[in-house]
Amino acid sequence: MTQVKEKERKLTIARAMAEAIAQEMRTDEKVFVMGEDIGELGGVFGNTRGLYKEFGPVRVRDTPISETAFIGAAVGAASDGMKPVVELMFVDFFGVCFDAIYNMMAKNTYFSGGNVTVPMVLMTSTGGGYSDAGQHSQCVHATFAHLPGMKVVAPSNAYDAKGMMIAAIRDPNPVVFMFHKALQGMGWLGTEKDAIVHVPEADYEVPLGKAVVTRPGTDVTIVGITSGVHYGLKAARILEEQGVSAEVLDLRSLVPLDREAVIESVTKTGRLIVVDEDYHSYGMTGEIIATVVEAGVPLKAPPQRVAYPDIPIPFTPPMEQWALPSPEKIIAAFNKMKEV
Amino acid sequence: MIPSQEQEKWMYKHMLISRFFEEAIEKIYMEGKSPAFNMANGPIPGEMHLSNGQEPCAVGVCAHLNAEDVVTSTHRPHHVAIAKGVDLKGMAAEIFGKTTGLSGGRGGHMHIFDPAVNFSCSGIIGQSVGPAVGAALSRVMQQKSGIAVAYLGEGAANQGAFHEALNMAGVWKLPVIFIIEDNSWGISVSKRASTAIERNSDRASSYGMPGEFIPGNDPIAIFKTVGLAVDRARSGLGPTLIEIETSRLAGHFMGDGEAYRPAGEKEALMKVDPIPVMKERLAEVYSWTDEDDAQLVADAHGVVDEAIKFARDSEYPAPEEAMEKVFV
Repeated sequence: MTQVKEKERKLTIARAMAEAIAQEMRTDEKVFVMGEDIGELGGVFGNTRGLYKEFGPVRVRDTPISETAFIGAAVGAASDGMKPVVELMFVDFFGVCFDAIYNMMAKNTYFSGGNVTVPMVLMTSTGGGYSDAGQHSQCVHATFAHLPGMKVVAPSNAYDAKGMMIAAIRDPNPVVFMFHKALQGMGWLGTEKDAIVHVPEADYEVPLGKAVVTRPGTDVTIVGITSGVHYGLKAARILEEQGVSAEVLDLRSLVPLDREAVIESVTKTGRLIVVDEDYHSYGMTGEIIATVVEAGVPLKAPPQRVAYPDIPIPFTPPMEQWALPSPEKIIAAFNKMKEV
Repeated sequence: MIPSQEQEKWMYKHMLISRFFEEAIEKIYMEGKSPAFNMANGPIPGEMHLSNGQEPCAVGVCAHLNAEDVVTSTHRPHHVAIAKGVDLKGMAAEIFGKTTGLSGGRGGHMHIFDPAVNFSCSGIIGQSVGPAVGAALSRVMQQKSGIAVAYLGEGAANQGAFHEALNMAGVWKLPVIFIIEDNSWGISVSKRASTAIERNSDRASSYGMPGEFIPGNDPIAIFKTVGLAVDRARSGLGPTLIEIETSRLAGHFMGDGEAYRPAGEKEALMKVDPIPVMKERLAEVYSWTDEDDAQLVADAHGVVDEAIKFARDSEYPAPEEAMEKVFV
C-alpha cells in the first residue's frame, strides 16, 4: 500500500489562525469575530484575513475603539449561546478593559456555580523587538496566567496556531490566545522563519494544556513559550556544536500548565533554563523553576532564567535589543551552570 | 401603554415580596454582628446592599419581560431578581452561602446568576451594560426572540463602560434597554456633586437613541414609558436609555451610618415610600379593600418565609468544593 504524502503547505501563524477561524465558522454558525479592524482590513496582524469577504459584516464585526464594550459584549453573547472570537489588538491595551476580562469573562462560570458558560476566545498580540516601545511590545503572559478562570495559550508555530485556535473555539471555557508579533508572518514586520511550518488543510485540534518537546536532548532543558522557544532552539543549535545536547520544551499553554512535561524533561537532563520575553520577576520563569523544585527533581545545577528585565520596554534599538532574551544569554546561563 | 389591573396587582405583589425579603435579610444580617459589628460574622456575612425604595424600577420594567429576555443587574440586585422571576429559594440560599444556592455559595449576594430566567449581575459599577449589549447582539445574530435590559445606578453613568456600551448599542441598533436607577447617591457622594448634567437621560442623544426621564418613583409611569421602549426593542427599532428617579431608603450597605445625608432627607423619602403609595392607588383606582391587601401581604410573606427557611435549613458546601467550577 502506498502512502500518499500530503503536499507541503507552509503557512504563517497569521494564515493558520485565519484558516482555523474560517473552518470553525463554516461548521458552527455560533462562531463570530469581533474587534478593531478585523473586518475588511483582515486584522492588523492578518489573523482574520479573508473572513469578512467570506462571512460578511454580521459575523465579522468591526467594532468602535471600545474594548470594554466589545469584550463585555462578548461575555454577554457567549453566555447567551454564541461563541465569540474577539481581538484585543495589542495585549498592552488590556489596561483599558481588564475588568471585562478578569472580573467577568474569567469569573462568571465560577460565580454561577458552573451554570453559565463563557465559551469565547480573546486573541491578542504580544511581544516586541521592533522599536514600538513599552505600550505596544509587552508579553504580560504571567499577568493573565496568574488570574484564575481563563485558559491562556500561546503557540510558537503555525501548526500549533491552527490546532490550538480550533481547540480554543471549541472549548467551553474562555481562552486567551496570545500570538507573538515577531512570529506572525506579516510582511511589514520581521518574521521568525521557523514559525512558518507545514499546516494540514483539514481541521484538527492541538490540545490546550499540553507542552511539546520541540527538540529532544539530554544535558539541559530549555523551557520557553512563543519567542522563547525560538531563542531556545537557536541556542540549542549552538550548544550542539559545543557537544551539549539541549532539550527544548515548548509550553504552548500557560493555563493549564503542563507541569508533568517540565518535570519529566528536567528529571532526564538535571538542568533547567527558562526563557520568557515577559518580565523577569513574579513571572512564568519563576513558576516553572518552582514547579521543578517543589517536585524534588534532582538537579545538577541551580536553574536559571532568561527573561525581560524589570523595566518598561525602551524604544531605542540599542536598549531594546540589549534587554530582549537571546540565544547568547541562554548560552551564558548554561555556562554559569557548568561552573557550579 | 396602561397596565391592566392584573399587571398592577402583579407589580404590587412583587414590590411586597421584594420589601419583605429585604426586611428579612436586614434582620438576619445583624445576627451575630453585635455587640461588635463585624461584617464577616453571622449567617449572612459580607457586604449587603438593600434595595428598599427601588422596587418600582424592578416591577415597572420586568412586568414587560418574559423569562427569555435577558436582564443584567448591579451590586444591588434583589428587587430586580425577584421581579425577573429568579428562583427565590436559590437566591436566598446563595446569599446565605449554602450548597443549595444558585451558585452553590460561590457567588453570594453580588453575583446572582439564574440562567433559567436569563438573570445575572455584577458587583462592579457599570459592568452590567457590556454583557447586555452582547446578549442583545446574540439575539439578533441568532434571530432569536428576546431583548436585553441592563440596570445601572446613576453613579455608573460616569463610568467609561457605560459610554462605550451605549455607543456600540447605538451604532448597531440593538434590542437593549438601559435602565438607570437614580437614587441620587453613589455611596456617600451625591449625584449633584459627581455628575456634570442634571439628567443622565440627556446623554442618550450622544448615542443616537431616545432618552427618557421618569420622575416620582412611580411604578405606573415606569410601566408606561418602559412599555414603549420594550416595543421599540422588540420591533427592531433599537435601544433606549431610561433614567428613573427612585429612592434608596436604606444605606449604601448595611452598616452605613449615612451621616452624609442631609437632615430630613430620609424622613421625607419615607413619607413617599412607594409601597404604601401603590397600596393607596390600588384602593382608589380598583377599590381594593383592606382584606384584599391583607391577603396579598400574607401571600408575599409566605413566599419570603419559605425562601428564608429553605436557606437556613440548607447545608453549607464542603470547603474543598471551592476548587470546582473554575472551568467546565
